[in-house]
Amino acid sequence: MSSRPARLTTSVAALVAGAMAMPLVYLVIRATEAKDPAGLVFSERVLELVWNTLRLAATVSAAAVIIGLGSAWVLERTDVPARRFLGVAAALPLAVPSYIAALALVSAFGPGGDLFVIPGLIGFWGAAGVLTLSTYPYVLLVTRAALSSSEPAVDDAAITLGLHRIRRFGRAQFPQVRGAVTASALLSALYVVSDFGAVTILRYGTLTRGIFLEYRSSFDRSAAAMISLVLVLFTLGLIVAERRARGPAASLRHSSARRHRRVALGRWRLLATAVVAAPALLGAGIPLMIAVSWLQKGARASSGNDVLPMAAATSAGLSMAAAVAAVVLCLPVAMLAARRSTWIVRLIEGGALAGYALPGLVVALSLVFLATRAAPFAYQTVGLVVAAYVIRFMPEALASARPSLASVDTSLTDASRTLGGSRWETAMRVTWPMVRGGLFAGGALVFLTSMKELPATLLLRPAGVDTLAIRVWTGASEGFYAQAAPAALLLLGVSALALLPMWRAGASAWRTANDG
Amino acid sequence: MRSRIGFVASLLALSLGAAACGGGDPAPDSPVAASSATTAAKEGGKLVVYSGRNENLIRPLIDRFKEESGIDVEVRYADTTELTAALLEEGDASPADVFFSQDAGALVALEAEGRLAELKEGVADDVPERFRDPQNHWTGVTGRARTIAFNPEKLSQAELPENFLEVVDPMWKGRVGLAPTNASFVSHISALLIEIGEDDVKKFLAELKASDPKIYDSNGLVVKAVASGEIDLGLVNHYYALNEKKENPGASVANIYPQEGAFVNLAGVGVIEGAENRAQADRFVDFLLSKEGQEFFRTETNEYPLVEGMSGPEGQPALAELKTIDLPLDELGKDLQRSATLIKEAGLS
Repeated sequence: MSSRPARLTTSVAALVAGAMAMPLVYLVIRATEAKDPAGLVFSERVLELVWNTLRLAATVSAAAVIIGLGSAWVLERTDVPARRFLGVAAALPLAVPSYIAALALVSAFGPGGDLFVIPGLIGFWGAAGVLTLSTYPYVLLVTRAALSSSEPAVDDAAITLGLHRIRRFGRAQFPQVRGAVTASALLSALYVVSDFGAVTILRYGTLTRGIFLEYRSSFDRSAAAMISLVLVLFTLGLIVAERRARGPAASLRHSSARRHRRVALGRWRLLATAVVAAPALLGAGIPLMIAVSWLQKGARASSGNDVLPMAAATSAGLSMAAAVAAVVLCLPVAMLAARRSTWIVRLIEGGALAGYALPGLVVALSLVFLATRAAPFAYQTVGLVVAAYVIRFMPEALASARPSLASVDTSLTDASRTLGGSRWETAMRVTWPMVRGGLFAGGALVFLTSMKELPATLLLRPAGVDTLAIRVWTGASEGFYAQAAPAALLLLGVSALALLPMWRAGASAWRTANDG
Repeated sequence: MRSRIGFVASLLALSLGAAACGGGDPAPDSPVAASSATTAAKEGGKLVVYSGRNENLIRPLIDRFKEESGIDVEVRYADTTELTAALLEEGDASPADVFFSQDAGALVALEAEGRLAELKEGVADDVPERFRDPQNHWTGVTGRARTIAFNPEKLSQAELPENFLEVVDPMWKGRVGLAPTNASFVSHISALLIEIGEDDVKKFLAELKASDPKIYDSNGLVVKAVASGEIDLGLVNHYYALNEKKENPGASVANIYPQEGAFVNLAGVGVIEGAENRAQADRFVDFLLSKEGQEFFRTETNEYPLVEGMSGPEGQPALAELKTIDLPLDELGKDLQRSATLIKEAGLS
């Protein structure tokens, strides 16, 4: 029964991946104009940028996995107090633009810092710290969704076998979330590759910063495209590594109707709370505090506040549209990747990731180039802004949807069909409750990152349309921090508000699924 | 199979379209568009400005222009670098009529690719020749003098360096800050290339690197670091110190204007080749160079008016008094790439 629908899925997935990979077309066109491509690519400088990027991506994704998985486990499997509040707080650093997080950490802990001085903050360690705080929520949200839909019976079996708690995690629980961990670690690594804000303020030279400097110092588009292609190759390496680390395609299916037992923390409550709260405090609390202190700084009255409500509505509307579109579009690719692993599936999955790893400016310029030539009617419309968000951030939805689709028990869907349920009924009543949590988490990720998107928004928005991220940039880029502060606070506030219902919907989804 | 793919493709297109509409709902009216619609038409028509200059600085001026001319002005604000790259990618299809650039290098790069049209005859006649394009494809609007920012509470007049090349003196080791990837620094090095030649520039950059300077991402951050005492000297543009004092009146920071080898960069404007609203674009350029426009920059952004016969920003020496290197700015553009390479090779960026 599967061949025709499978071929359909593959075709749709290929279409989606092709659309996502559009920036590559632009890069290849530009790169062919480079004067001395080999000399450019094999220069000591580019090799150094590659090495720097690798070092940073590896450090950050490892740290993000430790923090994110730890927080996810505490929130999902223990009786930690104030779970809902902590859950939202711990996801919040994702809403902080990385250049704001970097500015905040520098003003708090940098040379002459407001709180205290951490020596060596400027450079590798500072960049690694800021980017870890910006990206551990990927691991948290994606693995938490996977933990919530994993199979309790396996854990019970491990208990029956008398395994110690730690070995139980390694043997019984971790294998079930392994795909989610590797997928979200890849998100974290690729975010590092594409980040511009944090590495610029903390002055650490990565490929993305190198690409930007080509534009900034000499407007050399072909050299920038050449280095961007180096970045794409580099990214392919990361994707292959994730493939290796992901392990076999899901072997454990979600089928039980029971909920997980929660570990009673007892005297470990305080420590467990701190494990979740500390990174949230650093990643969202400190920027919040610094933004509040900006409010009072500066004689220039915080003018332009009247546009903020409209900017907030625009930000939320565009990001919501992007989140919905990304989740819908990622489904065929996720369905394919969850079930099979042929070369064509890998190609499709890789193509879908292209826009995410590239610097935002490069994606924006590629859309400027393509839209003015192929779709002038769409140029500088909100539609193109949403398309840019989807191209940049759909992989986040994919990373969250794939593991959750992989955990769907096909014996249940088969049973439903055998019992006479239509395909639609089966999808709605059997599959949907099992994947809802993962899809909501994916949508939340796309929403939050779209809220803070800047380069594509600046170039592709209709004139006069403002977002909160643009208002923050307008103030902060000329040092008018008093003016940037209200927009930054509103950005955090709207993001937190948006997290609440998404979180509740996701959580109730797995509860209904598990209560059956 | 074929028809099914077509069906799915149209579904996808529909869902994208729906998403776009969903996002569009809250956005279509901005205060800009709303207010301009009600203005009585004098010149009338529309103008699309790409502005590499910050909205906070420029918006009041744009509003005045809209009021006086009755032109419906759309402004796209972004950084000069991004807008230049976008203008190059847009090519003939660019919706822009005018580009207001933060620096000369961007205008020179656009002209080199044939993206700038000739300005209206005589519009920039009051701007000294060294601040505009000899082929009249762009003109400077305001001047931005390179200075050395210092903290008057920490340093006495006697210790101060007299020109840029002196900051590599061993006494300043570890005490100098700069933003080497910033366009204004790159332009400055280009000026030095013409003035003292490549060998001496290389030597200067190597000595600068050896003197262990603090590297920042922007001139604004350099000035803040001077004010906070993190560094003692900063290589910046003159108005950063003035703007810092405007934002934080207590900030202790002032400018040294070098006794020789001073360099003035500019913010400038060009009309895009094939601009749809040419008449409106010309009027905008006229307005920027009018007494009203020039006075706005002198008092509001603390920049140097370039039109002859105007004084400098308050408390700063007049433009004519600066001991500037005499070189045409369009020459600089051709050396920007070389300068950027030298800065990279010296290990400063």
